[in-house]
Amino acid sequence: MTTTAAPAKPVPIPDEASAPFFAGARDGRLMLLRCRRCATFMSPTAYLGVPVRPRCVACYAGDLEWAPSTGRATLYSFALVHQIYDEAFAADVPYNIAVVETDEGVRLTAQVVDCPNEALAIGMALDVTFERLSDEVAIPKFRPRP
Amino acid sequence: MGATAAIAGLGITDMGKVYGRTATDFAADALALALDDAGLEAADVDGLLVNANHSDEMAPTLQFSLGLTDLTLVSAMSAFGSTAGAMLQYAAQAIQSGQANVVACVYADAPLTEGGSISRSAYGGQRAIAPGFAGLRLAYGDYGPANSMYALALRRHMHLFGTTHDQLGTIAVGQREWALKNPRAQMRRPMTIADYHASRWVVEPLHLYDCCLVSNGGVAVIVTSAERSRGLRQPPVYLRGFGQCAPGDPARSGREPAIHTGATRSGELALRQAGIELADVDVLELYDCYTYTVLVTLEDYGFCAKGEGGAFVADGRLGPGGELPCNTGGGQLSSYYMWGFTPLSEGVIQARGHGGGRQVEDHGHVLVSGNGGALNFHSTTILSPYDA
Repeated sequence: MTTTAAPAKPVPIPDEASAPFFAGARDGRLMLLRCRRCATFMSPTAYLGVPVRPRCVACYAGDLEWAPSTGRATLYSFALVHQIYDEAFAADVPYNIAVVETDEGVRLTAQVVDCPNEALAIGMALDVTFERLSDEVAIPKFRPRP
Repeated sequence: MGATAAIAGLGITDMGKVYGRTATDFAADALALALDDAGLEAADVDGLLVNANHSDEMAPTLQFSLGLTDLTLVSAMSAFGSTAGAMLQYAAQAIQSGQANVVACVYADAPLTEGGSISRSAYGGQRAIAPGFAGLRLAYGDYGPANSMYALALRRHMHLFGTTHDQLGTIAVGQREWALKNPRAQMRRPMTIADYHASRWVVEPLHLYDCCLVSNGGVAVIVTSAERSRGLRQPPVYLRGFGQCAPGDPARSGREPAIHTGATRSGELALRQAGIELADVDVLELYDCYTYTVLVTLEDYGFCAKGEGGAFVADGRLGPGGELPCNTGGGQLSSYYMWGFTPLSEGVIQARGHGGGRQVEDHGHVLVSGNGGALNFHSTTILSPYDA
């Protein structure tokens, strides 16, 4: 019997700007950006796919630092992907894409794990967890708070 | 003061699964059709605005392929799905300032290939991993980001206001009824609410029939001065009002970017310039990449209160015979998908009174909307057969 292995799922390639985020994830910390001037926390990017943001969303200072989140969040919205865009995810459909809002007031696009789709509910309490994709790369996901 | 600019020509190519032609081919055909429609020659054109999209061909260099020479205005513009309205606004301003006299605004695309899959086209999302945060989206399995972002937006609206699929389905069904009256529409089979509910999930809560088509084709409009338009072949469609609004960073907390869009501000600006009230709008041509886009845009323009869009559309008022005719050619959901040139092209047809079996009797003020990104960019244009 021959089985065809599903293609591997994509693994992010950290670049210089995103390296602190992925290094934090590898070490079990959810890293956000924080303004050194007004201490406002913000998401690293305006949405996934654009460069790391250069300035504070609140005071426009250009002096941002990486700082860890508590990892506590609530579910802001979620969607269930039924369409197979990549065979690597064929066994997972329907799987969720989630927007969470952390206790620091930062919205992030991620996924909820350890939760059946039927149990997903906007407003539910979540804690960050990390999925290791390779020796170097881990990514944050969220699971229901026990 | 009356309108200073008008649409004098409209060109629409064959739409949909039209294979073997490039975006440049469609752009050239659309421009030739629009010039013929207006009774103008290519040599009359001194301005070109190209709607940048997923096609590399929609660039300033398109001028060369179109054979246009000695232009005093040329640019490829991008504000995603709100670009068409922005192009008309800049064209009108260029004409008013004397920068140009005859401006061609062009959209074309050819994402569909024979035997190919839409989900493998430019609309299926990228697969090659770019360094940095771009790869994080793919690691989550988020390939068709438009589908997931609008699904996330709709889920939020459903959560806050109890919006239902029965309500969204009336938008899809109403627009299909309009499409049955449009010979250019790709979707010419009737759709019932049961068909809507039975259509597969793409990204839940989006059914397939909540999502727009993908089309090959091209559309061009010719903008010139109000005065000059009156001596040309077609009844002028005056550009009476414009608005744009881009609310900004969608990841910033404390806002509901999925719920409150730029339509509110954009609509106010356009109506004010046109000197009319919302109640004066006779026909709506709303950007409808998804059913939800129509619903949230109606709310933000103020046709109903925030959160009441579901109940507002549920009585079928948007469909043929309804009190607020909307997307009268079938829209992007059921006719063809040319970004902002879908609602614009039908708006021109309605304002002229050339809608045939789907013509809305009262068509003095046609509101055309544009929407881009995931509800991040908005434009509004008021078209009218009357210059004031």
